[in-house]
Amino acid sequence: MTRGLIFDLKRFSVHDGPGIRSTIFLKGCPFQCPWCHNPESRSAKAQLLFRAELCLGCAKCVQACPENAIAMVDGKSLTNDAGCRLRGDCVEACPSGAREILGRHISVENLLEELERDRVFYEESGGGVTFSGGEPLAQSEFLVAALDACGEAGLHRAVDTTGHAPAEVFRAVAERADLILFDLKLMDPDGHRMLTGADNALLLSNLKMLAEMNRDVEVRVPVIPSINDHEANIRATGDALAHMKNLVGLTLLPFHSGARDKYPRFGMNWKLPDNLQASSEKLEELASILREADLPVSIGGEKDE
Amino acid sequence: MNKRVATLRSQSRETPVSISMERAVLITEFYRENEGRLSTPRLRAGAFAHLCEHKSIHMGEGELIVGERGPSPRAVPTFPELTGHSEEDLRILREREKIPYAVSDEDIQLHLCEVLPYWQGRSLRDQIFEELPESWKDTFAAGVFTEFMEQRAPGHTSLDGKPYEKGLLDFKAEIAAALDMLDRNPDDEPRREQLLAMDTTCDGVIRFAERHADLADAQAETEQDPTRRDELKKIAAICRRVPAQAPQSFHEALQMYWFLHLGTVSELNGWDSMNPGHLDRHLLPFYEREFASGTLTQDDARELLQCFFIKFNNQPAPPKVGVTAAESGTYNDFTNINLGGILRDGSNGVNELSYLILEVFDDIHLLQPQCNIQLSRKNPDSFLKAALRVLRKGYGYPSMFNADGVVAQMLRCGKTLADARDGGSSGCVETGAFGKEAYILTGYFNTPKVLEITLNNGFDPRTKKQLGPQTGDPRELGSYENLFAAFQIQLRHFMDIKLKGNAIIEKIYAEKMPAVFLSVLIDDCIEKGMDYNAGGARYNTSFVQGVGIGSITDSLAAVKTHVYDRADLSMDDLLAALASNFEDQGELRRSLAERSPRYGNDEDAADEIMRAVFDTLFEAVDGQPNLRGGRYHLDMLPTTCHIYFGSVLGATAEGRRAGLPVSEGISPVQGADHKGPTAVLKSASKMDHLRTCGTLLNMKFLPSLLAEKAGIEKVAMLVRGYFRLDGHHIQLNVVDAQTLRAAQANPQEHRDLIVRVAGYSDYFCDLSRELQDEIIRRRAHGEA
Repeated sequence: MTRGLIFDLKRFSVHDGPGIRSTIFLKGCPFQCPWCHNPESRSAKAQLLFRAELCLGCAKCVQACPENAIAMVDGKSLTNDAGCRLRGDCVEACPSGAREILGRHISVENLLEELERDRVFYEESGGGVTFSGGEPLAQSEFLVAALDACGEAGLHRAVDTTGHAPAEVFRAVAERADLILFDLKLMDPDGHRMLTGADNALLLSNLKMLAEMNRDVEVRVPVIPSINDHEANIRATGDALAHMKNLVGLTLLPFHSGARDKYPRFGMNWKLPDNLQASSEKLEELASILREADLPVSIGGEKDE
Repeated sequence: MNKRVATLRSQSRETPVSISMERAVLITEFYRENEGRLSTPRLRAGAFAHLCEHKSIHMGEGELIVGERGPSPRAVPTFPELTGHSEEDLRILREREKIPYAVSDEDIQLHLCEVLPYWQGRSLRDQIFEELPESWKDTFAAGVFTEFMEQRAPGHTSLDGKPYEKGLLDFKAEIAAALDMLDRNPDDEPRREQLLAMDTTCDGVIRFAERHADLADAQAETEQDPTRRDELKKIAAICRRVPAQAPQSFHEALQMYWFLHLGTVSELNGWDSMNPGHLDRHLLPFYEREFASGTLTQDDARELLQCFFIKFNNQPAPPKVGVTAAESGTYNDFTNINLGGILRDGSNGVNELSYLILEVFDDIHLLQPQCNIQLSRKNPDSFLKAALRVLRKGYGYPSMFNADGVVAQMLRCGKTLADARDGGSSGCVETGAFGKEAYILTGYFNTPKVLEITLNNGFDPRTKKQLGPQTGDPRELGSYENLFAAFQIQLRHFMDIKLKGNAIIEKIYAEKMPAVFLSVLIDDCIEKGMDYNAGGARYNTSFVQGVGIGSITDSLAAVKTHVYDRADLSMDDLLAALASNFEDQGELRRSLAERSPRYGNDEDAADEIMRAVFDTLFEAVDGQPNLRGGRYHLDMLPTTCHIYFGSVLGATAEGRRAGLPVSEGISPVQGADHKGPTAVLKSASKMDHLRTCGTLLNMKFLPSLLAEKAGIEKVAMLVRGYFRLDGHHIQLNVVDAQTLRAAQANPQEHRDLIVRVAGYSDYFCDLSRELQDEIIRRRAHGEA
């Protein structure tokens, strides 16, 4: 049976497609964007997460670990990553929930069971399920099987993707998804390579393929100050999207550095300035450029009245 | 709002709440002269008419709707025939930090010399406590349940459309017709006395209105400002028409209701004051007619409604003391206006006034009145969204009710479809047939406390008394099923004590404290010649309100998981940990809290337990007969009682420390839910709401979510989804923890902040510290 590795399943997800949704976060991503909100998504393996502030210093985990990979240091438990086999005995033993294994393997069948729990709310709201990540297409076999199963169950399916996947994989997913949420970060290939670690040629050709297939797509641009908020990039984005009849929306997502605190928990460093935030004036300016090009642009988190 | 409204509003907000002894003195005066000479209903009616004739009349500058319960705004009368406050009670009321009532030394002396001596041993409270058995008193003292009727009269009243079609003269004609029927049956003296008494109260209220007319005329004589002079003349004319005759204009309709409101809340201090119910549908004919003929603009209607609402805020709840103050510590007297819903003929009840009244609430946002929307499948989403746009300002209202579910609940309880559709929710969340039902809350029931007593083999560790039967040493019960069976025996035992006590109290009210004027307004008291408090209403319901379902579910789930299923903890160790309040047992406490299924996460392991507890409560309460010819039904709501119930409860197995609040309404234990709002709603909907007459679910949302267009849409659909699952009520508290903490630190700067407490909202700074903390701990939904 196909199993996927997911790191979260968020119910009442309201920003990833129409209506009330459940978003499944798949682990693993080919990009290394320094602004990423989900640093835990990057590694394609399960990881041990330790919240030092919750540790009681009781050493129950030390006794529980069959690999002897945990020791007490300064009253807190410390795990030797090399020795850890992610068996989870310490998580079970920890009385305070300081330890968590991030990433769980789940079968399509079990996933469906969890997704079904909010069916009433999907139906009331015209919502459904969204596969996000990481890059969900990186687990293509699981993703395709899950999309098929959701389709059979009559659930509306959205896929939130970077577009960076082999063409045949991308096609298989696009054929099944009711809506593609397509992240478009930077049009300049060199800049893209430098920041994310990969070229953007593949994702741009997949975007074209979507247009040829005439599958609904909402393009989402995370607006990151001094990285992609210059006029040239926005104009180039507009050019790439012009005449795409399948474009149902173009959303500028204001970046904020709220994820900064997550990085150290995974032994990662935050490389951007601390208080980076896209201003609403700037977003409005960029939106008006795209509006001139007759694109269906909106700004994420738009206020009501 | 215009200058007039702004001035009246700020007067209403800023005038300190005080106690007035005027009513107490007048009522005592009448009783002294007439007790023993008149039958009970006519004594009550005579005292009421005496009050209408002699109480001070207030007509504030610029007012358009007139009449106060006390001698002036925010001056609250006492009801010594129910509770004779002791000198200490009055001093506590005056000096307590939260919800104080100013009372002068002279008034205390007046009370002690003129009022109290007459009522000692005579007041209903004294009589009730004399007749209740020791077992009741011990259980009450232990905090297993509370008693609603020990300081306040049975209440819970909402009116239907009658006052907009009939004047009191019409009611008098009906009374005369009923008396005429009786003349053929001369033996029926009690009915005759009741009907004659009803007639007297109608005269009393008509007279009360005339006195306002006289005062308005007198003020007009000397008024210099010609505009105000005209207003006063108009007020005088209105007060001479209503309530004697049916109202003919929008203005008259509001004044009509207001006189009836004042009559009922002056006669007795019934719980949940009085309520116009479906104001939008009742006022619509007047609004449409006058709007079409050009005699009323939308702005006129808005101003009148604003003036009308301010009158409610001028009447704080009567002072409560002791446990009753703890279970309902607020100035709010729970007038909860219903908007929308389904009309008698089954059509959509949302009209243009539903929207206008929402706007007026948005403008004026006082503590009282509060409003709710009765949301039916037939109501448009635009109505729901309009309500959410008011709600997101953070006033704590409107709350949202499932109108179709409310109707289904009433049909289950035997009401006709038309009467059910005329009904709605009043008080906090309670379902009733407006204008036709006495649906009376009798007391809160502390479900987690019953488990504590079960775990102590029937013994209460706090009061050190054997309160329940010996259902076995929990160490020897052997299985979870046996433990749960023991819990069920204890619960039935305590419910039996509660219901037997209720019967004694109901009898005392029926015989000694008729609500004569209220009986005029509620069908079918006139026809039956019977009082509201004696079973005269068409429907006669009593409620018990279950509290702490989240806490007891989590508690039982923790015991089941650790003591029985995993067997990683002995019952003996658990009991020792609970008895020591987890002293030096931090690890165990956390493990019980973190490593057990918790209600609120759409997890069947916990939710099945919730269902079993609910069914046990339901079976113990639902369908039991009351003395008024009606039946008991179950509600699941706490007001502020979850704080009091926590304070009498030791540590509990889900890791809660002794004395902390229990869970509120049917909400999860504060912070125990971690899978988002849909999971909370799914868990909550596993309770069968249609078998209750009201459940209360509070959820805290961050303001940012509702600020967004997409957020409003999606929260609206969340509500629709819950109602599709038969959820009864949902209330959103739209405020972040940061704001609440800032308000705790600097109350002066946040005097305006209104938050949802339970089925009602209150000024955050007026709440006890415990309640403030409890609200801050509730999980906020909407975080990214």
